[in-house]
Amino acid sequence: MTAALSISNLSKTYNNGFEALKGIDLTVEQGDFFALLGPNGAGKSTTIGILCSLVRKSAGQVEVFGTDIDQNFPKAKQHIGIVPQEFNFNAWEKVFDIVVTQGGYYGMPLPLAKERAEKYLKKLGLWEKRDQSSRTLSGGMKRRLMIARALVHEPNLLILDEPTAGVDIELRRSMWEFLKEINAAGTTIILTTHYLEEAESLCRNVAIIDQGNIIRNSSVKSLLRELNKETFIIDFEEEFDSEPNLPGYQPKLVDTSSLEVVVEKGTPLNDLFRQLDAEGLHVRSMRNKSNRLEEMFVSMLDANKEKQQSDSQEQGA
Amino acid sequence: MKAAEQLIALQTMTIRETRRFLRIWTQTLLPPVITMVLYFVIFGSLIGSRIGQMDGFNYADFVAPGLIMMAVITNSYSNVVSSFFGHKFQRHIEEILVSPTPNYIILAGFVSGGMARGLLVGLFVTITSVFFTDFQIQHPLIVLITVLLTSALFSVAGLINAVFAKTFDDISIVPTFILTPLTYLGGVFYSISLLSDFWQTVSQANPILYMVNAFRYGFLGISDINVTAALVIIFLFTLLLIVVALHLLKTGKNLRA
Repeated sequence: MTAALSISNLSKTYNNGFEALKGIDLTVEQGDFFALLGPNGAGKSTTIGILCSLVRKSAGQVEVFGTDIDQNFPKAKQHIGIVPQEFNFNAWEKVFDIVVTQGGYYGMPLPLAKERAEKYLKKLGLWEKRDQSSRTLSGGMKRRLMIARALVHEPNLLILDEPTAGVDIELRRSMWEFLKEINAAGTTIILTTHYLEEAESLCRNVAIIDQGNIIRNSSVKSLLRELNKETFIIDFEEEFDSEPNLPGYQPKLVDTSSLEVVVEKGTPLNDLFRQLDAEGLHVRSMRNKSNRLEEMFVSMLDANKEKQQSDSQEQGA
Repeated sequence: MKAAEQLIALQTMTIRETRRFLRIWTQTLLPPVITMVLYFVIFGSLIGSRIGQMDGFNYADFVAPGLIMMAVITNSYSNVVSSFFGHKFQRHIEEILVSPTPNYIILAGFVSGGMARGLLVGLFVTITSVFFTDFQIQHPLIVLITVLLTSALFSVAGLINAVFAKTFDDISIVPTFILTPLTYLGGVFYSISLLSDFWQTVSQANPILYMVNAFRYGFLGISDINVTAALVIIFLFTLLLIVVALHLLKTGKNLRA
């Protein structure tokens, strides 16, 4: 089966000399829910910009559902729906008109564009706002409007550049459900996000990009399997002034009645609880300190940074 | 993108552009009509009666075609320059750029909006002029060709200006410092036969002179220059600017990183 997206040796150097992409290779299969992760300035938005023609590539090849963008970009664009990071619609235009007009740019007859606009505005809870000008919408509504606009031509590949940035938790969850629904219906989704919890709960595959290079490309599951320790926060009924004696768990005081402990992969939690019992401590609640993928992400970026530094030292020598 | 789909994209852009200037009609359609009424009152009734005849016509009749043309030029240009720059400034130009709409349709879409406004204002000003003048249209086809070409030319020019513009100041520099002086010196208010040979020659480098004279010929049957040559020159200028505009859209100047 043809890949939804196939990128090979893609490079981008901006006019100011900044090398945003250094020959990346990436394949996203049809039907995938794919996360593109990376710190600010890593090259995520440049990659997306190239896919939707807002950034011109310096070198390399990009195919969207088998269509080379150098050969037939308009055909490739028909497959893509893009939800950018920044709001980019006419603030004075009505919500309904924004979506219908976008359909027109894709050559959709007016009745069909209106029908689709109604369908997606309803799905995204914006139908009641259809006659309001877009500037009157809240931040979350504006983001949903951009999703409705991107879907009006029913693309096979939906690209979302940090879609839930600045969106409250409840709305974020409802957007996740919506994205899962359209992915289940067959739309391939590529997502960039800073919320690694988002990538972990939504995506099957992930690529981590840093300083213009893809430093990891695998399934989320296999990535998480490599994680060899997990940090927990435990709340106690007792209060204490210093860390209790818990050999092998590196306990750290969070506050007077909470501890942070590190559990090695494969170690049964029963052992930890036995030690707590021996210390006479009573556990009130327990939770993960942070998202597991986040830990992996940070450690990978640190490793890449060290590698870059040692490479540059070797070159200097 | 199939031809029928391109036509839909063009229709979408034309409707959007037309809706934009109709929505703000007090800023786009009303002011030129008021300005023209003032011109006719001052140059027609007050000063015009003292000037007497120009090339065999009373002064109000003589300036009327130039004033109509001036309104068409200004409105065609300012519609596209402000709309395209607004698209860039608010970044909703990206809505069009990410779509499969080809560059020539993007150009045609913005130009159609500029022409719609230019021609509508031209029509309103012509209707207004009927109350102050007694001219009759001598060559309707020449009037039509000249006004269509001129409106298209300045719509394309407006787009080129907007592509280069980075601030709102940049979209007012050309109209203020280039377009207005060229229009006033383009024979709207006088026949260049009144000028010395040297200034007549200099005036011929002004493209607006050809538009005003071709248009005046269509209305009154008089012109300072050869009308066929004028139409060819306007056509060539339009063609040249279309090529430049398409090149800018293709290279993505100030539009694509």
